[in-house]
Amino acid sequence: MSPNALELRDVSKSFGSVEAVRDLSLQVAEGEILALVGPSGCGKTTLLRLIAGFETPDSGTITLGKKTVADGSTELPPEARGVGMVFQDYALFPHLTVAGNVGFGLDRVPAKARTETVAEKLALVGLQGYAERMPNELSGGERQRVALARALAPQPVIILLDEPFSNLDADRRITMREEVRGILKSVAATAILVTHDQEEALYFGDRLAVLKAGSLQQVDTPEGVFHKPLNVSVADFMGQTELVTGEVTPVGIHTEIGMVPQKIDLPPGTQVQLAVRADDVDIEPRSGAVAVIRERQFKGALNLYKVALPSGQILHSLQPHTLILPSGTAVEVKLEPGHPLACFHNGNAITAESAS
Amino acid sequence: MGESLTPLHRLLVSAGYRPRIAAGPPRRLPILWLAGFIIALLLLLPVAYLLIRVLQADATTWTLIRSASTRATVLRTVALAGSVTAASILVAVPLAWLTVRTDLPLKRMWALLTALPMVIPSYVGAYLIVASLGPRGILAQIAEEVFGVRALPSIYGFPGALYVLTLLSFPYILLTVRAALQGIDPALEESSRSLGNGPWRTFWQVTLPQLRPAIASGSLLVALYVLRDFGAVSIMRYNTFTRVIYVQYKSAFDRASAAGLAIILVLLTLALLIAEVRTRSRASFERSATGGIRKASSVRLGRWRWPALLFCTGIVTISLIIPLSVLLYWLVRGLIAGETLQPLWQATGNSVFASAITAIVALLAAIPAVVLSVRRAGRWNQLPERLTYTAYALPGIVVALALVFFGANFAPALYQTLLMLILAYLILFLPQAVGSLQASLLQVPASLEEAARSMGRRPWTAFWQITFPLLRPGALAGMALVFLTTMKELPATLILSPYNFSTLATRVWSAVSEAFFAQAAAPALLLILTSSLPMAVILFRERA
Repeated sequence: MSPNALELRDVSKSFGSVEAVRDLSLQVAEGEILALVGPSGCGKTTLLRLIAGFETPDSGTITLGKKTVADGSTELPPEARGVGMVFQDYALFPHLTVAGNVGFGLDRVPAKARTETVAEKLALVGLQGYAERMPNELSGGERQRVALARALAPQPVIILLDEPFSNLDADRRITMREEVRGILKSVAATAILVTHDQEEALYFGDRLAVLKAGSLQQVDTPEGVFHKPLNVSVADFMGQTELVTGEVTPVGIHTEIGMVPQKIDLPPGTQVQLAVRADDVDIEPRSGAVAVIRERQFKGALNLYKVALPSGQILHSLQPHTLILPSGTAVEVKLEPGHPLACFHNGNAITAESAS
Repeated sequence: MGESLTPLHRLLVSAGYRPRIAAGPPRRLPILWLAGFIIALLLLLPVAYLLIRVLQADATTWTLIRSASTRATVLRTVALAGSVTAASILVAVPLAWLTVRTDLPLKRMWALLTALPMVIPSYVGAYLIVASLGPRGILAQIAEEVFGVRALPSIYGFPGALYVLTLLSFPYILLTVRAALQGIDPALEESSRSLGNGPWRTFWQVTLPQLRPAIASGSLLVALYVLRDFGAVSIMRYNTFTRVIYVQYKSAFDRASAAGLAIILVLLTLALLIAEVRTRSRASFERSATGGIRKASSVRLGRWRWPALLFCTGIVTISLIIPLSVLLYWLVRGLIAGETLQPLWQATGNSVFASAITAIVALLAAIPAVVLSVRRAGRWNQLPERLTYTAYALPGIVVALALVFFGANFAPALYQTLLMLILAYLILFLPQAVGSLQASLLQVPASLEEAARSMGRRPWTAFWQITFPLLRPGALAGMALVFLTTMKELPATLILSPYNFSTLATRVWSAVSEAFFAQAAAPALLLILTSSLPMAVILFRERA
C-alpha cells in the first residue's frame, strides 16, 4: 500500500455549542480518491476547511505528506500547506485571465516555466486556446475545468473538491464528474471530494467516507458501503432503503412479509431490522393478498411501485416497464434479494450468514 | 439609477443580505483591529459629548427642554417632516410607476431628470426659490413693474420650507420605489390577472402592497432629510430644531441650551431611524422572489399619455428648470453688474481640497471597518461598522457642536483648524464610504481570498492582489459620494471652519443671508456643477 498523503488523528472542531467534527481519524493514500459523503450540515465542508487551513482544529493532528500541519502547538497557515482547492463556486479571480488564474499559484516559478505549466494544465483539462479569456466569458463547465487546472498547477499534496458539481445542471454534472475523475486519475492525484449526493460519491470515490453529525460512520469501498452498511444511518443515507422489523428465529428472520432465510447469531425472539431496497422486493398481483399498491412511478425503463403492508410499512419495488398495475391492486410481496440483507440490531450492523 | 445615490443607501444595500461569513484565517491581524478601534473611538466622540451634556444638565436646561417654546419647535419640526413626506409620496409614486411600468415616451430621460434635484443643496434650492418668489425676487420685480403690485404673499415660513424640501427630497422615494417596481416578480401580477382581477384591482391589491415597504423606507429617508436639514429651513426662516439650535449657539452663545435642544433632535432622529430599520427588515420579502428576473410588460397609456407627459414636464419644470433658469438669470445679472468670479477661486479651492481630503480619509477609515464586519464573525468585529450608523442619528449641527465642545475643552490646539472640520466631515460622511465599500465586499466571495491563500499568498497579499482590485469600483463610488456630500455640507462648515476659510457653501450662505442674490449665483452654480461630477461618474459606471 502506498504511503499516506493525508492523515487525520482524533480531529475535533466546534463552533460554539455545535460540534462540527468529532474525534475524527482518517487516512488517504497517495493517488487515492476519497469521497466524503453525508447529508448537509454533517461537517464535511468543515473537515475540508480544517485540512486546507481555513479553520483551526480544537484538538487532534493533521498530517499532510510527512508534514504535520496542525496539532495542539503548531498551526500552519493555508499558504504554507500545499493544498489545492476547488471551490463550490469555483472562486475564479474575475479580474484575471484564465492563464492568470491557472498561473496564480506559480508565482515563485520562472516566467518561462510558468507559461509552460499553464499551457500544459490547460491542455490537460481540454482548454487549449482559452488562456486569454476572462472567467465571465466561460460556461459553468469551463469554469470548473479552469478551477481544476488552477488547483493542479502548483502540484499540491492533495486536491480538495468542495461540492464541485453542485452548480452544474443535471446532464452536465454527469459528464463533468466523469471528466474530472479521469483527469485526476491521469495525473495520479490524491483527492478528497465532498458531496451530499451518494450516487456521485459511489461513482467518484475509490473509497467512501460517510459522515453524520460530525462523526465518521464508515470508511469502505463503494460496494462495501452500499451492500454492507455498518449502521442504520449509513444504510438510510446510501439510498432508498426501508427498514423492515423482524424477529430472530432458528431458521431465519420472521417478518410480516414472511421468513427471510438469513441466520443470525442472536437469541431467538430478538427484534432486528432488515434494510430492504427497491431491487430486493418482488410483487405479484393476487386477489386476497394483504399488501396494496399505493402508487406507480414511471421511470422510463422501469416502474417503481410503492406498496403498503398491513402494518402501514411502506416498501418500494422495482419492476420492468411492462408490468403495469393500477393503484389499489392487492399484491403478494416477496423478498428476493439474491444476497444477504443488511441486518441491524439497536442500529448497528450484525454480520450475517446466508442460509441459502 | 441605483441605491448608491441616496445618503442612507447603505441601509438599503445591506438590507437583510449577508452571505456566509468565513471565519477567516486563523492568524489575527492586529493592524486591522487597531484601526477599527481608533475609528470606533472617533465615532463615539459626539455621543460622548451628548452624554456629558445630559449628565451636566442643570435646572435651567431642564426648564428649557420642558418649555412651551421647545414644544412648539418639536411641533413645527414634526409637522414639516410629515408634510414634506406626504407631498413627496404624492409626487414620487406616480412618477416611479410612469417611468418604470408604462410606455411613457422618453422614460429614461424622465427617470434621469426627476432624480437630478438631489444634487441641489437645500440652501441653494431655498435661495433660488426666495430669489424667484420672495421679496426682491424675480416675481416680485415683475409684479411691481408690470402690475404695480407691491406686496406679494410671503413665501417665508412653513409654505416655503415645504415647497423647497419637497422638490429636493422626493427623488429619495422615487429611487426606492423605482427599484422596488423593477424588482417585482411580474408573475405575481400575471397570476392576479389570470385569477380574474382587472388591471386596477391588480394594481391596488397586488402591486401597491408590494411597494409599501419601499414607500415606507423612502419616506423615512425624506423625513430624516427634513430633520437634519439646516440650510433650507434657515433661509425660509422656519424655526425647526436645526435653526433654533444654530441661533442659540451663534447669537446667544448659550451652549448648554443648544446642547439640550440637540439631544431632543437626536432623540427624534433616532425614533425615525428605528422605524426605518424596522420597515427595512419587513421589506425583505420584496427581494425574496429572485428566481429568473423577467421584465414585466409595459402598461399602455393610450390617451393618458398626454396628462402623464404633462405631469412629468411639470415636475421637471418646477424642480429643475425654473431653479436653474433663476440661477442663470442672477448669474448674468451679477456679471452685468460687475460681479467677478475672481474671489471665488479661493473658496472653490478650499471646498475641493477639504472634500477631497475627506473622501480619501473616509475610504482609508472604511476599509478596516468593512473588512472586519464582512470577513470576521463575532460581535466586536461588527462594532466599528455598526458605530458608523450613529452618524445617521446625528445632524451636522450636532456633530459640529460636539467638536466645538471637544476642541474647547480637550484639544485647544485643534480648535478652529482644518483638521477639526475634516474630522466632523469624516464622522458625518463615513457611512457613505462604508456603505459603498461594504456593498462591493459582499459581492466578493470569501472563497476568492481563500483560493489565493491555498495557492501560497499571505493574508495581506491575498487582500491586495485579489480583493482590493475587485473593490475598486465600490471604493471610487464611495469616495465620489463622500466628496459630493462634503462639498454641499453647510452647518458644520459654518461652525467649525478656521478663521477666514470660506468655501462655496459658506459663500452662498453669506450672500443669501444678506439677500445679495446675484452674488450667491456663481458659487451656487459652481457647487452644483462640482457636486454633479461625481454623480455623473457613478451613473456612467452603473450604466456600463
